Amino acid sequence: MKKQIILAAATAFVALAATPALADATARAKAIATIKQDFQPRGQADLDRLAEDGLQALCNRTGNDPKGGIVKVLEADQLATVKYPADGKLMGDWKKGESLAQSGRGFTWSDNPGLPVGGNCYNCHQISPKETAFGTVGPSLLQYGKLRGNSPEIQKYTYDKIFNAKAFNLCSDMPRFGQVGALKPEQIKDLVALLLDPESPVNK
Amino acid sequence: MRKLSIIGAACTAAALAATGMAFAQSAGVDHAKADAEFAKFRAEMEDSNPAELFEMKGEELWKAKRGPKNVSLAESCDLGIGIGKLDGAYVQMPRYFADADKVMDAERRIVWCMTEKQGFSFDEIAKRPFASGNFTPDITSLVTFIAGHSRNMKFAIPMKDPKVKEAWEIGKEIAAYRAGPYDFSCNTCHGNDGKRIRMQNLPNLAKPEGAIKGVLGWPGYRMTGGVMLTSQWRMNDCFRQQRFPAPKYASDTVTYLLTYMTGTSNGQIYKGPGIKR
Repeated sequence: MKKQIILAAATAFVALAATPALADATARAKAIATIKQDFQPRGQADLDRLAEDGLQALCNRTGNDPKGGIVKVLEADQLATVKYPADGKLMGDWKKGESLAQSGRGFTWSDNPGLPVGGNCYNCHQISPKETAFGTVGPSLLQYGKLRGNSPEIQKYTYDKIFNAKAFNLCSDMPRFGQVGALKPEQIKDLVALLLDPESPVNK
Repeated sequence: MRKLSIIGAACTAAALAATGMAFAQSAGVDHAKADAEFAKFRAEMEDSNPAELFEMKGEELWKAKRGPKNVSLAESCDLGIGIGKLDGAYVQMPRYFADADKVMDAERRIVWCMTEKQGFSFDEIAKRPFASGNFTPDITSLVTFIAGHSRNMKFAIPMKDPKVKEAWEIGKEIAAYRAGPYDFSCNTCHGNDGKRIRMQNLPNLAKPEGAIKGVLGWPGYRMTGGVMLTSQWRMNDCFRQQRFPAPKYASDTVTYLLTYMTGTSNGQIYKGPGIKR
């Protein structure tokens, strides 16, 4: 475990040294210093949210395009964070998934931290054809299961992707919903069903 | 003429709220059509924008002797083009102010004048800096008044000033900074062309044609809630949705972001205080 971290750190250094940093290092340092002085906690949003974790720092320094073998290593580390439901089943109830996909609630300073967090899915994706108010930051997921089937491999990929999108694309725009505790394994199952169940409107 | 248009504004404010609901309901059907309808509606409203009510209030506040020092802003406040001068001031901010040794956006500059020249307490102003419900802070009316004096003028942020250029560069980096529980930066939503969150179009702030969309219409009368809001408020609400903590009022972070957006908009025409959905 320790060896792996040292290796990752060493590789990260090499990767950064080898790639001309896209971010302007001086302006970036000043930006971080400015952010540090200029915020105050509000609601559930504490100041610790301002600090980059290792992955965020790598993405920020490289304009979200890190190069080299380190990328695969770090993606594998992200995949290792995925936790599965106790019963081992990865497909739940697509109807529950649909209502979860609709909700954009959670984590802002104006959200009640006691209430459940939404999946935020329609904010960025087209999913069911019945919902026309969908975002386009992420790809359309219309016919997602019809195009891919729902084999155990596809179920696992879909579950993993929702749990931690960074396991497949290190600097993906998509949050790490499972890893940060926004969505629980049972909820992710329901989202998997929304995308893969043949009865889901997504695949009609 | 002026009075007539104000009465018109007051009447339309109520109509606006009702029409806004109709738009919200119909927009799910066809985004492009709803946007086009709103744009047409906004064009029709230009002569009787409720923002004019706040411009009038702002004018009174600008001219009145106020604060512990009992001086007016008109006789003491330099918005970058000379004490008391208004025409074109808004489209040339953010800019560097030697007396404060800071780059400041319009709202921050007015706050500075209110505290330094009139003697108001910054902490008091910062306690409730944005409109909500029936409350509109004086600072919002002042910003609206000053912005009205740059209507139909081109943005001309002094980008050759090294302090302004540096603020722009830092603002660009702040926009790219990903952190927080969802790994979001400003650019997650506003760094690409042609994207949407739900039905809301997202301007790409990296390009002049996108940046101007982030700047136009502010300060704006927002039909949702029926309140007058400023660019400072808009930045604040972006950070909320980014799942960040709150930026302090009139801080460097907000000024630098506004410098990045407004500087990138240079050369394009500011249409004055606007109407927002």
